[in-house]
Amino acid sequence: MSEPTTTNAADANPADRSAVTQNAAKRFFASPAGRSIGLIIALLVLVVVGAITAGDNFMNLNNLLVILRSASVIGVVAIGVTFVITAGGIDLSVGSVLGLTSVLASLGAIQTAASGFWPLMVFVAIAGGVLAGLVNGMIIAYGSVVAFMATLAMLVAARGIAELVSQRKTQIVDNQGFLNFFRSDLLGISWVVWIFAIVAALAWFLLNRTTFGRRTVAIGGNATAARLAGVNVKRHTVYLYMLSGSTAGIAATMLLSRTTAGTSTHGQLYELDAIAAVVVGGTLLVGGRGTIGGTVLGVVLFSTLTNVFIQNNLSTSVQLVAKGIIIVAAVLLQQRFANREVSAKASP
Amino acid sequence: MSTPGDPDKAASVCYVRVVIKADHPTSLLQVRGLTKSFGGAQALKGVDFDVRAGEVHCVLGQNGAGKSTLIKTLSGAHQPDKGEFVWQGQPVTITDPVAALNLGIATMYQELDVVDGLSIAENIFLGHENSAGGVVRRRATNNAARDLMTRLGHGDLSPTREVGTLSPANKQIVAMARALSHDIKLMIMDEPSAVLDSEEVNNLFRVVKDLTTQGIAVIYISHRLEEIKRVGDRITVLKDGRSQAAGLPAQTTPTRELISLMTGTDMEHVFPPRVAVADDAPVLLEVEGLAAAGVFSGVSLSVRAGEVVGLAGLVGSGRSEILETIYGERRATAGTVTLSGKVLKPGSVSAAVQNDMGLSPEERKSQGLMLEEPIYRNATLSTFTRFARGPLLDEAAERAATREQMTALELRPAEPDRITRTLSGGNQQKIMLARWLIHGTKVLLLDEPTRGVDVGARMEIYALIRDLAAKGTAIVVVSSEIDEVLGLADRVLVISDGGVVAQKASTEIDEHGVLDLVMKGSAA
Repeated sequence: MSEPTTTNAADANPADRSAVTQNAAKRFFASPAGRSIGLIIALLVLVVVGAITAGDNFMNLNNLLVILRSASVIGVVAIGVTFVITAGGIDLSVGSVLGLTSVLASLGAIQTAASGFWPLMVFVAIAGGVLAGLVNGMIIAYGSVVAFMATLAMLVAARGIAELVSQRKTQIVDNQGFLNFFRSDLLGISWVVWIFAIVAALAWFLLNRTTFGRRTVAIGGNATAARLAGVNVKRHTVYLYMLSGSTAGIAATMLLSRTTAGTSTHGQLYELDAIAAVVVGGTLLVGGRGTIGGTVLGVVLFSTLTNVFIQNNLSTSVQLVAKGIIIVAAVLLQQRFANREVSAKASP
Repeated sequence: MSTPGDPDKAASVCYVRVVIKADHPTSLLQVRGLTKSFGGAQALKGVDFDVRAGEVHCVLGQNGAGKSTLIKTLSGAHQPDKGEFVWQGQPVTITDPVAALNLGIATMYQELDVVDGLSIAENIFLGHENSAGGVVRRRATNNAARDLMTRLGHGDLSPTREVGTLSPANKQIVAMARALSHDIKLMIMDEPSAVLDSEEVNNLFRVVKDLTTQGIAVIYISHRLEEIKRVGDRITVLKDGRSQAAGLPAQTTPTRELISLMTGTDMEHVFPPRVAVADDAPVLLEVEGLAAAGVFSGVSLSVRAGEVVGLAGLVGSGRSEILETIYGERRATAGTVTLSGKVLKPGSVSAAVQNDMGLSPEERKSQGLMLEEPIYRNATLSTFTRFARGPLLDEAAERAATREQMTALELRPAEPDRITRTLSGGNQQKIMLARWLIHGTKVLLLDEPTRGVDVGARMEIYALIRDLAAKGTAIVVVSSEIDEVLGLADRVLVISDGGVVAQKASTEIDEHGVLDLVMKGSAA
């Protein structure tokens, strides 16, 4: 039997050194850039695949703008959902709310009223979304209904309201000011893409640099602790669902401009695409950690995937399978890192 | 905190003892030169001890001394890097938890691994159900479960009762019964008393004694020295992953020696001296006739600046609920809470915090901290809006304030960006205190301020609480350890069955006096 002291002195140094490199690696993977590294690699792989299989049809500036434009609507929705999920909630109603607000904003009366001032349509859409979010938030925060059920109810009900309001008719957008604005470019880039970029930048700032963002993360991290420290958790919860409703409203106007029609069927299953992008992006579904950059990457990843498939004339069915695989792979990766943290913690 | 005393000497002491014990004929388990590292961190650096059949062998050590790793190696959850186990004279390797159970080693973890939705019997026989062709023999199972529960002194609990409806103490009994349902010779208990109050601890000790008379050896992990004196036969002290001393007689080894083995320092005075409260000190917290229907009623107390008031009582007596109601987390059905002359809006935590009252809750991890967030965000959770310019956070100022508090609280290294999960229990508790120090509270409510905190850090926290009082904070302390309440507080309220049964200066009453009052449940 050896003296414990001597054995220890002998292998202390290499152990220390490996600890240092391990810590550096751990720190990198724990940093925001590190967490997104898998996503960036996946995106790069997809770009390489696109470049090889579709060549110049894929690798040109126009196609890049096409990818971004198709990512924009779901991207704006996903950004609102990112806040809700970061706070440990879920919003299943965003797709329906998008449909409803597209109907509200494109009502004949609203379009007529907006004939001199087209942004009125945007305001109506946002107001509709905020209102739906307010109802969601009140039911969740003050009625203590779990977010999954409350927003599931809104998913169903908002679709119904949209059908009632539109009488199941497709409402053509003929407000020229509205259409002209969204058809125009800035620096050769569609306004739809600019809005996505602006919403993302504002959201990043809101989540990372403001007290609103801190409350959001705190509630997701430990709602009881936040409440006991004096944070008004209920009120903030209501704000979060209003925020997610408002981004659904913004997305509705973007979709209106692209399709030039408002209908109650807009936005079907968008909630699932949005949640998938948020989680693939690295926001934890249990709350406490959210990343706007990750969400943007997640949306762009799915949009690029669709583009590569279209360029190669592959069926959408195959595309869905690929999407499913990406989601599972991303979540598996997340869990791997989470487990690593746990075992590091367990080590004494 | 702990300066390594004289490692060479300590190691040789341990060496000598081991050699003596190694020849002991009735050794059930011998652990030899156990080491284990995780990545770069060496959790165990050489652990030697032996366990005899039918003894209670206590393993004592501060947080981070390697107790948890040792248990996990013994139970097969981790594999040691070096060292060997000799089980009943045969060298063995314990490859996984099932292998440990087959040898006869059962482990009862601190986080009770019972399934709330299943019955007592189903929990006990989970994984080795008595069944015929996939169908569980319910009656046989229930009878066997009743026998086991009776053996543990709890035959009164029906085997069909759902475990979720049981108290933590009874869940523990179920976990023990599950261990006994295997043919075991050694039971490892990881801080079994952490969730129990003193009455339940007595029952636990009775059960432990019963087990040992049946020839089962118990490895009892704890950092409560008093308990170890009461229940243990021999003690092994771990420090920094090494067995500092093995097989010390529990009854005759002086507490001071144990503390110095654990910490490397020799602490005589556990509690800092009280400072007399000035007669003209203003009353900061005034609670009158507070009640929460069905939980407690008629609670009145007043705390002056610089005073520490303790609430003593058993788990379930309403202690924590009283604190929560004062704080507004629970809605009062009657009574008022007045802070510096201002009546608080009932049921509003925000109102309490705005009027400079703070609470450090009972369950630090689930109610107090965002474990995955950096330290500074936890420290400024109640003040980040104050640091902010309008809606814009000022994280630099938050970090600076946190670093300042960390230095003041001797929380090293003072890195405000460290993830809170990586801190020890004692340091996490200090973060809770830092939160309210940064806030600058006039009234501080502390629920179990030293739960899961090791001896060294405990002293520091006691000193901090006293310091805060000396600076004019009014403090209310709740603890399930009665001597802690008595040692810290100037005045003690004894709580029993949701009511205050006595109020005394803490110098006028001792632990027995408190327990007597609690048992009688009547005013003295």
